[in-house]
Amino acid sequence: MKPDIGYIENIAGPVIKAGGLPSARMYEVVRVGKEQLIGEVIEVGEHFCIIQCYEETSGIAPGEPVAATGDTLSVELGPGLLGAIYDGLQRPLPELKEISGDFISRGLTVEGLDKEKKWKFTPVVKVGANVVPGDIIGEVPETGIITSKIMIPRGIEGEIVEIVAKGEHTVVETICKVKDMHNTVHEVIMMQKTPVRIGRAFKERVAFDTPLLTGQRVIDTFMPLAKGGTGGIPGGFGTGKTVTLHQFAKWADAQVVVYVGCGERGNEMTEALEEWPKLNDPQSGKPLMDRTVLIANTSNMPVAAREASIYVGVTIAEYFRDQGFDVALMADSTSRWAEALREISGRLGQLPSEEGYPAYLGSRLAQFYERGGRVKPLGSDDRLGSITICGAVSPPGGDFSEPVTQATLRIVKVFWALDKDLAARRFFPAINVLTSYSLYHITLEQWHKENLGPDWPELVRDSLALLQKDQELREIVQLVGPDALPESERAVLEAARMIKEDFLTQSALHEIDTYCPIGKTYRMLRTIVKFSRQMAAAVKLGVSVRRILEFSVLDSIARMKTIPWDSYEGTIDAIDDRIDREFQSLFTEPDGSGVLMPGVVE
Amino acid sequence: MTKESSIVYRTVSDVRGPLLIVKHTHNVGYNEVVKIRSPSGEMLTGTVLETGRGKAVIQVFEGTRGLDADKTAVRFTGDTLKLPVSTEILGRVLDGSGNPLDKGPPLTAEDHRDINGSPINPYARQYPRQPIQTGLSVIDGLNTLVRGQKLPIFSGSGLPHNRIAAQIVRQAEIPGEKSDFAIVFAAMGITATEAQFFMNSFEETGALEHTALFLNLANDPAIERIITPRAALTAAEYLAYEADLHVLVILTDMTNYAEALREISAARSEVPGRRGYPCYLYTDFSMIYERAGRIRGRKGTVTQMPILSMPQDDMTHPIPDLSGYITEGQMIVARDLHRRGIYPPIDPGPSLSRLMKEGIGKGMTRFDHKELQAQLYYGYSEGRDFRDLVTVVGAEALTDRDQKYLAFADRFEQEFINQGDHENRSFEETLDLGWNLLSEFPERELKRCDTKTIGWARERGVYAYS
Ligand SMILES: Nc1ncnc2c1ncn2[C@@H]1O[C@H](COP(=O)(O)OP(=O)(O)OP(=O)(O)O)[C@@H](O)[C@H]1O
Ligand SMILES: [Mg+2]
Repeated sequence: MKPDIGYIENIAGPVIKAGGLPSARMYEVVRVGKEQLIGEVIEVGEHFCIIQCYEETSGIAPGEPVAATGDTLSVELGPGLLGAIYDGLQRPLPELKEISGDFISRGLTVEGLDKEKKWKFTPVVKVGANVVPGDIIGEVPETGIITSKIMIPRGIEGEIVEIVAKGEHTVVETICKVKDMHNTVHEVIMMQKTPVRIGRAFKERVAFDTPLLTGQRVIDTFMPLAKGGTGGIPGGFGTGKTVTLHQFAKWADAQVVVYVGCGERGNEMTEALEEWPKLNDPQSGKPLMDRTVLIANTSNMPVAAREASIYVGVTIAEYFRDQGFDVALMADSTSRWAEALREISGRLGQLPSEEGYPAYLGSRLAQFYERGGRVKPLGSDDRLGSITICGAVSPPGGDFSEPVTQATLRIVKVFWALDKDLAARRFFPAINVLTSYSLYHITLEQWHKENLGPDWPELVRDSLALLQKDQELREIVQLVGPDALPESERAVLEAARMIKEDFLTQSALHEIDTYCPIGKTYRMLRTIVKFSRQMAAAVKLGVSVRRILEFSVLDSIARMKTIPWDSYEGTIDAIDDRIDREFQSLFTEPDGSGVLMPGVVE
Repeated sequence: MTKESSIVYRTVSDVRGPLLIVKHTHNVGYNEVVKIRSPSGEMLTGTVLETGRGKAVIQVFEGTRGLDADKTAVRFTGDTLKLPVSTEILGRVLDGSGNPLDKGPPLTAEDHRDINGSPINPYARQYPRQPIQTGLSVIDGLNTLVRGQKLPIFSGSGLPHNRIAAQIVRQAEIPGEKSDFAIVFAAMGITATEAQFFMNSFEETGALEHTALFLNLANDPAIERIITPRAALTAAEYLAYEADLHVLVILTDMTNYAEALREISAARSEVPGRRGYPCYLYTDFSMIYERAGRIRGRKGTVTQMPILSMPQDDMTHPIPDLSGYITEGQMIVARDLHRRGIYPPIDPGPSLSRLMKEGIGKGMTRFDHKELQAQLYYGYSEGRDFRDLVTVVGAEALTDRDQKYLAFADRFEQEFINQGDHENRSFEETLDLGWNLLSEFPERELKRCDTKTIGWARERGVYAYS
């Protein structure tokens, strides 16, 4: 198709009005000006269309050409995505550096996938097989962790009449031929090209039943995420959104991670790039980068590309979901994406709704989170894949009543509320347990009981109740001082202090504590709750809290966090025994706090 | 991009606030520089904010006073704003747009650089890891500054942010390293006295000849402030990445900068964001702040220390708020500490250095730094909580343990945070001092520290609980 050429009528920042493009369609990609900057049609009128330009527009003048391309904004999907770092338009940053040096200049065209690189393809179907879209025809060991599945793209269905033998191929070589019912033969290559603004099709949604384990105790215990679920993490600046999302990217038990740095700091992406290849995935022992795709559209990169980056990320995630993987997508920060919407909308002169955001903010956000979920992808088998979406939200002034936080809360099922006061005390993760929630507790209860222990729901409930009670008591203490509390309530304060200090706080910077396997989380919680129950019982019998705080086992409890991932069982067993012994000793060697009957304490 | 344009337009149709609207223009480039000749013959400069066929909207840096629709002449230069750069810019005093103010010769140019810069490719960045010793314990011990970081000072009127900034500039060094440094100082709307204070302070340490000053003072045109930080950072990037210098950029006061931006936005009748600042304030700020950093394979670095005053000490005001979302931490100058005579009155609670985690510890500052920092934070915030409690229930109501924290918080402020204007503490001194203060607590209270670390501190003689 011969592309249309129009001309620029008007320029204001990233928004360009163009004429002479009668056939321009919504969301069509165009090339703007002599430098051929990338743009996208976002409004079509009778004589003019409006284009958002993905690159800086300085120096571009009216009258310069605008070329239609006939394409919509799409990504290239296939082997080569894992370990890559892209900008918001799926241009690989290493290649951009190669072409334009340390600073990104404009008008650069680089494709998402390397077309020269050869991949080891192993067919898994034979000639004569009947295939439908989504069927897996071969595999490529893409990285040490992930073997990518090559699927029949949409629109092709029929009988395989040819398929290459095991061997090395580029992503654009024909590897398979399919004859459809009209006897037309379609060539299949490894690469697929998918428009980003609409979700990739799947067969149906399936219920959640497995948690996405993050290795962060407070989250896995009190507000767990389901594989395929959605979570939002709002918080003022410096409260720990990025650290938490980086922790997810590093330690969550997803098979593939897509991390979208959307309008945030350059150094945070650099940190991921420098650190993640050196860290090993605790499940597979292979470098974390092998399962990761990074999208970096930092705050100083063009704002329209920031808007696109979220869609580029989620489309890549869908591609891996369709192969049957559990994918986790992190978006930091959805507020910057919303601001990009606002900025473009403002320049278009659209009627603003709350705080200048366009009226469609809520629906756009919902559409994005809707692309998460657990599904049966296309194909004749019954494989399952999931995308779990976690979005950071950056509310102005840390005030959660603003539109983006509120719109997000209406959609997501898990809410991790970051608390400025906790962050100021360096209580990390600064997640407020009492105001945060997860709607997946019930969904996941079965899994937790089977894989951890039948007492899990009770442990969670009891510790939460302690924290709740602690909050109430603290308010009283603020008014009357700690002296006024009875011993039983002091015991509650101490138990809550243990939960907070010895369980909830978890340093992302500590070599061991940065990740906590779920089994260890369970054992730690069980031990602390056990202690608190025995303490409550002993206090009821007249033992003073002060006496109990002298137990030497408390030191060991405080240091459970740093017990290595693979050898905690024995150490925690020993701690449990010591708890029993020390409480027992209260009764066999009566001291000033009163003579007690042995055997009353559980 | 350059085009020779000698057409002079006398077709101004509208003068609105700082904006000039010119009709019948022919294909003027977006962001292009414009030279304007006022009816009285004065030469002014502006840039194109919006351009269409036959119409251009121009922001005039000097303001539009004296311009009319009749005689004002406008020439489009066909080029975006550029700054001539070379190392000879050091030692010079320039106006807010980069024109010499001193008696020196015109700036020599190794290159002419677009003042808007281009984004650093995140793949080309190198993560900042070298700690800078500022000699101030509250910074070095609790929130260490790192080379290539952007770490603003959030302050308020009447607070000693300038003194702090000047002391940091005076004392900042990487221990055991003599390296080539430069200072780029960009003043936006500050008073001549304040500017003079900095110049004197630079002079005192002999730093003036390593300094490039861009001065837009309180009585200079407000709109020019939009270019001042950009011109300064363009110079800084050249000095760092071409001339291998470690550049410290001071931008003061970002609040005045944002106000200039608001003025333009209002004149264009844009949909305002919070408190009337434009919706794109975040993006605009990031184009400035993100120009700090370190690039793989290049020797120099750009470290930024923006200063901004928080209107009514309100940290949720859009200017500090959006800055905090972009910078890599913040130093909060607190009025209550200042009132109690603590200098530097930096409140550790809301202050933060995000890059410190990679910049401290073994081989950088000292192996015990992380644990000690966490412990000091814990102690100080506990103590402050009890301070609030004591005002309600009296000190007698507290347990022994709580009393200790209360006393610790006081000593921490008096001895650790507080120090002299010319007192320059090394990392070692700061950390030892921290241990000293912790000596009030028994080992088992120090839950944030490893037992081995505590043992080490005891052996060293800095931790002495008995
Ligand atoms: N789990 C954690 N363990 C240790 N430190 C943490 C943890 N979470 C946060 N921090 C500390 O808090 C700082 C700020 O966290 P982070 O960068 O994630 O904030 P943010 O919410 O993303 O802020 P912004 O909105 O400005 O990007 C980190 O630099 C780190 O020092
Ligand atoms: Mg962040």
